[in-house]
Amino acid sequence: MSSLKIFDVAGSGMNAQMLRLNLTASNLANVDSVSSSIEQTYKSRQPVFAAQFRNAFDRLHSTTTEVKVLGVVESPEPLRMEYAPNHPMANDDGYIFKPNVDPVEELANMIAASRSYQNNIEVLNTAREMMMQTLKMGQ
Amino acid sequence: MKISFANALGLHPQALQLRARRTEVLASNLANSDTPHYKARDFDVDRLLRGPDAPKLPLQKTSPDHLSLDDEDARFRLLYRVPQQAALDGNTVEEHIEQAKFAENALRYQASLRFVNGKFSGLMTAIRGE
Repeated sequence: MSSLKIFDVAGSGMNAQMLRLNLTASNLANVDSVSSSIEQTYKSRQPVFAAQFRNAFDRLHSTTTEVKVLGVVESPEPLRMEYAPNHPMANDDGYIFKPNVDPVEELANMIAASRSYQNNIEVLNTAREMMMQTLKMGQ
Repeated sequence: MKISFANALGLHPQALQLRARRTEVLASNLANSDTPHYKARDFDVDRLLRGPDAPKLPLQKTSPDHLSLDDEDARFRLLYRVPQQAALDGNTVEEHIEQAKFAENALRYQASLRFVNGKFSGLMTAIRGE
């Protein structure tokens, strides 16, 4: 194998999936964090991935493409507003605000992220195995 | 009689090189399985091992900056995979297919490696005269 680029690629994939898993954990943990105003309420956070190309030539000829994490965005979905005048966090009109986290979506995300993470580990193991065998060539 | 490594080893060293590059391509596909707009890529190792498709007319290069057509890089072109089921975000990686291709490619790499190893041990036996 000409270089160790494959480790960088699988590593970048694992890094991206780990971020996604972390965000899913935050979202699920905060699913019941109520507050009395829209600004203070926790909003579902999602990662943004992009393929990393260094230049146009790479796009055509490079064999490796790392995953780049562009950032984290807050979901624009409307918050869940609930009328609960007896709630200690209720605002003047008697409403509380709940995060726009969809637990089902987050659970699906969690499974997908861990599957992708496993895929990358599998790639790493196979590549390492191939390299070890190549190093032992002729012995 | 002289021993030529190129003759003794045949296509396998070249196959190993191409398989290693294909491993990188397929690893990139798997790493980017959740990247929006990423297009899965691959290339045909067998076709590359068969050599150039047809003799090309020579191009005259009038500047040293011109890219050569005979280059390994020009011959070595990555193609795009046609997805069976397209995803809404423009990503064309299908994990199960990529995994199958990755496993197949790794196996073929190991097969080539075994052939090379076999040739080497054959040569060693011949040299030692055992």
